[in-house]
Amino acid sequence: MTLHLKKGSSRKSAYDLKNPLDEQLETHTLAVLVDNEAGVLARVIGLFSGRGYNIDSLTVAETDSKGHRSRITIVTTGTPAVIEQIKAQLGLIIPVYKVNDLTVDGPSVEREMALLKVAGKGEKRVEAMRLADIFRANVVDTTLESFIFEITGTPEKIDAFTDLMRPLGLVDIARTGVSALSRGL
Amino acid sequence: MSREMTGARIVIEALIEQGVDTVFGYPGGAVLPIYDALFQQNDIKHILVRHEQGATHAAEGYARSTGKPGVVLVTSGPGATNAVTGMTDALMDSIPMIVLTGQVPTFMIGNDAFQEADTVGITRPCTKHNWLVKDTSELAETIHQAFHIATSGRPGPVLVDIPKDVQFASAPYKTKAKAPTSHYNPQVKGDLAAITRAVEAFEQAERPIIYSGGGVINSGVGASQLLRELVAGSDAPITSTLMGLGAYPASGDNWLGMLGMHGTVEANLAMHDCDYMLCVGARFDDRITGRTDAFSPDSFKVHMDIDPSSINKIIHVDVPIIGDIGHILEDFLKVWKARGRKTKSAEIKKWWAQIKGWQATKCLDYRNSDELIKPQHALERLEALTKNMDRYITTEVGQHQMWAAQYLGFNDPHRFMTSGGLGTMGYGLPASIGVQVAHPDALVVNIAGDASFLMNMQEMGTAAQFNLPVKQFILNNERLGMVRQWQQLLHGERYSQSWSQSLPDFVKLAEAFGAKGILVSDPADLDEAIKEMLAHDGPVILDCLVEKHENCFPMIPSGKAHNEMILTDEETADAIDAMGKTRV
Ligand SMILES: Cc1ncc(C[n+]2csc(CCOP(=O)(O)OP(=O)(O)O)c2C)c(N)n1
Ligand SMILES: [Mg+2]
Repeated sequence: MTLHLKKGSSRKSAYDLKNPLDEQLETHTLAVLVDNEAGVLARVIGLFSGRGYNIDSLTVAETDSKGHRSRITIVTTGTPAVIEQIKAQLGLIIPVYKVNDLTVDGPSVEREMALLKVAGKGEKRVEAMRLADIFRANVVDTTLESFIFEITGTPEKIDAFTDLMRPLGLVDIARTGVSALSRGL
Repeated sequence: MSREMTGARIVIEALIEQGVDTVFGYPGGAVLPIYDALFQQNDIKHILVRHEQGATHAAEGYARSTGKPGVVLVTSGPGATNAVTGMTDALMDSIPMIVLTGQVPTFMIGNDAFQEADTVGITRPCTKHNWLVKDTSELAETIHQAFHIATSGRPGPVLVDIPKDVQFASAPYKTKAKAPTSHYNPQVKGDLAAITRAVEAFEQAERPIIYSGGGVINSGVGASQLLRELVAGSDAPITSTLMGLGAYPASGDNWLGMLGMHGTVEANLAMHDCDYMLCVGARFDDRITGRTDAFSPDSFKVHMDIDPSSINKIIHVDVPIIGDIGHILEDFLKVWKARGRKTKSAEIKKWWAQIKGWQATKCLDYRNSDELIKPQHALERLEALTKNMDRYITTEVGQHQMWAAQYLGFNDPHRFMTSGGLGTMGYGLPASIGVQVAHPDALVVNIAGDASFLMNMQEMGTAAQFNLPVKQFILNNERLGMVRQWQQLLHGERYSQSWSQSLPDFVKLAEAFGAKGILVSDPADLDEAIKEMLAHDGPVILDCLVEKHENCFPMIPSGKAHNEMILTDEETADAIDAMGKTRV
């Protein structure tokens, strides 16, 4: 039995219909409001690892102790389709109340805090202090050979400051990850 | 005043309040208090399985054939881990299921106690939600929540892990009405603007097709009725996924048969060439779409689904409608009728002429034989001999499963229980037990493969103990047939480990369990053997020796499009390219 099928007739495949720009990677900041119950973070992280999504940064803390709510801020990178999937999948987690995509929902403010330990003497020590001043980083600990700077800002600002500190004796860095809120009401 | 009782009794009380009549389970140290409470009551029947995996599949069979959630009770550690496959299966196929597990006492958790396992950790990715209850006062409300979550929205399995001290301790019983309500209340009504857009396009469709899935069945019998009304009123052709069989009757005029990897020519080509696709409660699974970039390239696609994450996950659609299928179809029909029930009937007639041409290929024809029983023939005979019976079918996984979907006709929803998403060998026998428990007077047949049957054959003991007259119809090809077929087509006929060697004597096996065994190998004796199986009032294994190297066609090889089906053995050479080989 032979069948004359019109092979290769897929002139306009669903794949082609997609905007080619769709395939570009985008970084989104998601604010996820959850019930502060045991295992909720594991559910969120398990979703990302189980489905192969990226986590660029993740912060979590209780924001409403009476209502037992926590806010998880996730920075993730993916194609627009993947970002949509991530939001839909997060929405399926039972203790998740709300998923806000701060990147598309309007203007938002993003901040991250970092502590940087910089060791150095002489010229380098002076230069580190001078740069910290420009970046409005605070000195929160000092010894004769080292500083700990505290810096708050966008992740990009922290990246820039970190890059500058590297040649000046950066020993250690601790970053909080991004916290974010939408602007206005 | 709410009554004070032990945690174990609270479990029973909550199950009764939720309308549970049957629990499938297996006892052990960490659930002894609950088994003790079970012993002291008569409202709930307990079906003792022989392996916890059996309990989960039996609960799935019970749930899918009734629309009610299935309930499983197992012990901690190995009891819980044995239930993992069934929970994953239920998650993939959207089956409502409540699994209650015992746990070591709260003060021993984390100590690697005897039979301790991190049950909520292990089952987090294979349940819709799960809980570890640490306080008896929260037990009743957690169980009520569990039922709510398992049964609303897209149904699925949930698990409640109950430490032994929580079972012993006492607390007041909280009724369902008093339990705090969940914020989990998925949208059931579809967006009317979207429905109207879908109807407008439907009216303009010249080559429409309805592609329905398990969501129609999960939505309840009313949804199937509405689907039938839509098909009858519009004359649109309809196909369905494996999970959706029976929502539209196989005997209906507009039925094209199942679609997908082993779907019919007419269903797959109509999907490929349609200009309007109405996806009703299906999820564009890879067994359905084949190559996604060549999937139904010229159609306007409408997707009705209760799960927002199913939208645009695999196939980009023009109109997504999120909600319960029954509600959406009702509104769709209302809008369509209010606008005057318009269709492009002349064009749809032409479309049907094209479809009739594809149907003329008779893709399910096979070469019958006088010497050997062809598996397709065995199923056609079973179909003929059980035509007007109150019949439920379960299957295992493999070629026999696909043949069952192709050669048996399902005219009502809830009549076909099969492991679709996970493809779990060993599903069918315990599922048939669950179905039979729910429908004691109906005919329940498990279409089995020789290899799959062995995976949970211990459940014959359950069938015998509870005198459940389940019929095990083994299409015995002495092969892991589906694996062998892929090896023939994709791996140069190198049949690596796909032989069922040292098979038991199934007749003696049946007898060893106190059931009836029948062997048939001659096509001339087939009808008699089937009749004998049907006539016996008790569990039966019918060992039906069939052609060993029969292939299941049509087949869309992995990585190919709907219009690149292969229909016969002669066409298989070089049909599958390197890209296809890497796919599952
Ligand atoms: C638990 C499990 N293990 C492995 C597989 C892979 N698999 C799919 S079909 C199949 C062979 C099934 O053989 P049989 O039950 O005899 O059915 P047949 O294909 O011969 O009809 C196997 C091994 C599976 N689906 N499930
Ligand atoms: Mg076999």
